[in-house]
Amino acid sequence: MMKYSIFISLSVITFIISVAHAAEVVSSTETFSNTPHIRTLAASCAACHGSNGNALHGNAVLAGMDGDKFTAAMVAFKDGSRPATVMHRHAKGLNVDEINLLAEYFSKQKRVPSQVPQPQTLKSSHEQR
Amino acid sequence: MNNVKRRAFIKNTIKAGFSLGAVSLAPSFLTACAGLNKQNTKTIGRVVVIGGGYAGLTAAKYIRIWSAGSIEVMVIEKSSQFVSCPLSNLVLGGSKSIHDLTFGYDLVQKNHGVTWIKDEVTTIDTTTKKITMKRGEVSYDRLIIAPGIDMMYDTLPNLETAQQEIPHAWKAGWQTVNLRKQLEAMPDGGVFVMNVPRAPYRCPPGPYERASQVASYLKAHKPKSKIIVLDANAEITSKKGLFTKVWVDIYPGMVDYRPNNIIAEVDVKTKTVKTDFETVTASVLNIIPPQRAGKPAQLAGVDNADKRWCEVSFITYESTAVPNIHVIGDAIDSNLPKSAHMATNQARICASAVVELMFNRTPDPAPVFANTCYSFVSDKEAMHVATVYRFDTNKKIMVAAEGGGVSLKPSVQEGDYAQAWAANIWSDVLT
Repeated sequence: MMKYSIFISLSVITFIISVAHAAEVVSSTETFSNTPHIRTLAASCAACHGSNGNALHGNAVLAGMDGDKFTAAMVAFKDGSRPATVMHRHAKGLNVDEINLLAEYFSKQKRVPSQVPQPQTLKSSHEQR
Repeated sequence: MNNVKRRAFIKNTIKAGFSLGAVSLAPSFLTACAGLNKQNTKTIGRVVVIGGGYAGLTAAKYIRIWSAGSIEVMVIEKSSQFVSCPLSNLVLGGSKSIHDLTFGYDLVQKNHGVTWIKDEVTTIDTTTKKITMKRGEVSYDRLIIAPGIDMMYDTLPNLETAQQEIPHAWKAGWQTVNLRKQLEAMPDGGVFVMNVPRAPYRCPPGPYERASQVASYLKAHKPKSKIIVLDANAEITSKKGLFTKVWVDIYPGMVDYRPNNIIAEVDVKTKTVKTDFETVTASVLNIIPPQRAGKPAQLAGVDNADKRWCEVSFITYESTAVPNIHVIGDAIDSNLPKSAHMATNQARICASAVVELMFNRTPDPAPVFANTCYSFVSDKEAMHVATVYRFDTNKKIMVAAEGGGVSLKPSVQEGDYAQAWAANIWSDVLT
């Protein structure tokens, strides 16, 4: 009986520690990359890379991308070592801190398929002016 | 209680518990699915958004997300459908139909718990914070006006009632279809005349993309035809080198570009245009009038830059004329290009700032965002201008960061990127 309760209290302690640890990880995310500056900058990428980085039409999916991979790609676009059609324009305009925080931000986003709005017939009543 | 009865009792209790549970759980489950349904969250205030274009929809959606549903958002929009201006020049070229660019407003409402009012604003009382519409009224804590543009016909008054004969087609919709039909009816050897208003106007490269799209159609179907572009500006205002080269390389001898030509007079019947320098007669005439902030901005008295555009703070997009009113999109007075991507950027900076202000926190003091704008020069090839913009704390405006620029040349690959841009921005804005 004694053994059991020691075992139980140990697991409870382990559980509490792991919850506390998880909470710590979450709060550090809140502090660093989930700020108005980074969430609006990240959302600015949505025009090509979808909501929260869940891109459609074959563009790079940034949601859940490994942070180091993201940073390496952006730094290479920035210094010109990786050829690009458009991305070098954006990478050069960002500083290294912003690239690192975007990397963290996108790595924490869930991969969920973006919804595709369905085109519809334009109604005859639609305003003409 | 014998065993059988007890078992039946337990079974029924479980069943009852289950169904009661299901009933009471259903709304919160739906809330979880919708993510941000307003019923279960304590509301700290109401934001009304006037206008359901790129800017207005984006602001509405992101306020719901970033306030975790604690700010009530109402959108007032008079149209029942969203028609995309980006890609609408392809309707003139023939590679898209207007119906490919038309969408409903249902998903953004359902997904984010946005309250929708299909109505037209008639008055805005900025003292009592009350908006009157044709069919009702509503009050706000903060108001976001995303009115788009109105056409200014004061210098060419006879054109206002002649939009069937001479469409501007500068708001995608039936006028775009009308202009396409006129081009289809034009004989080979005809002259398509269009103008470019003096900047600033909606979509800086748009008129030159339009000339290229019409050239694409005419080259394939009516190769003896000509295009005359009368530009009120001293030169092509966007992607100049690229468009000039496209007209020489892809459409040689077809596009006649004439800068410094402000339209002074138009004869509707003969489709004759007089500028200060010359007179040209068109088979198909497309006049794009000068533009100003849309009517709701005028009603609120926030069009304080020359009674035309709206001056705002680039940290909050709050009007410099009226407190608690924010203005976003093409209607603002700024050095930023009046583009759809830019409208969504402004909308998100505004949405984020509105959330911070309503929670008594400080908005981001130095926002940064990126703009990518593609122009199609044929049915498949496109080219970009892309720039990051940063808030300049001394100048208090957004300035272009280093590294921005245009494509080396148009390409099919960038044409595909441009289609991807449309797919992604439509998904972000409309769902």
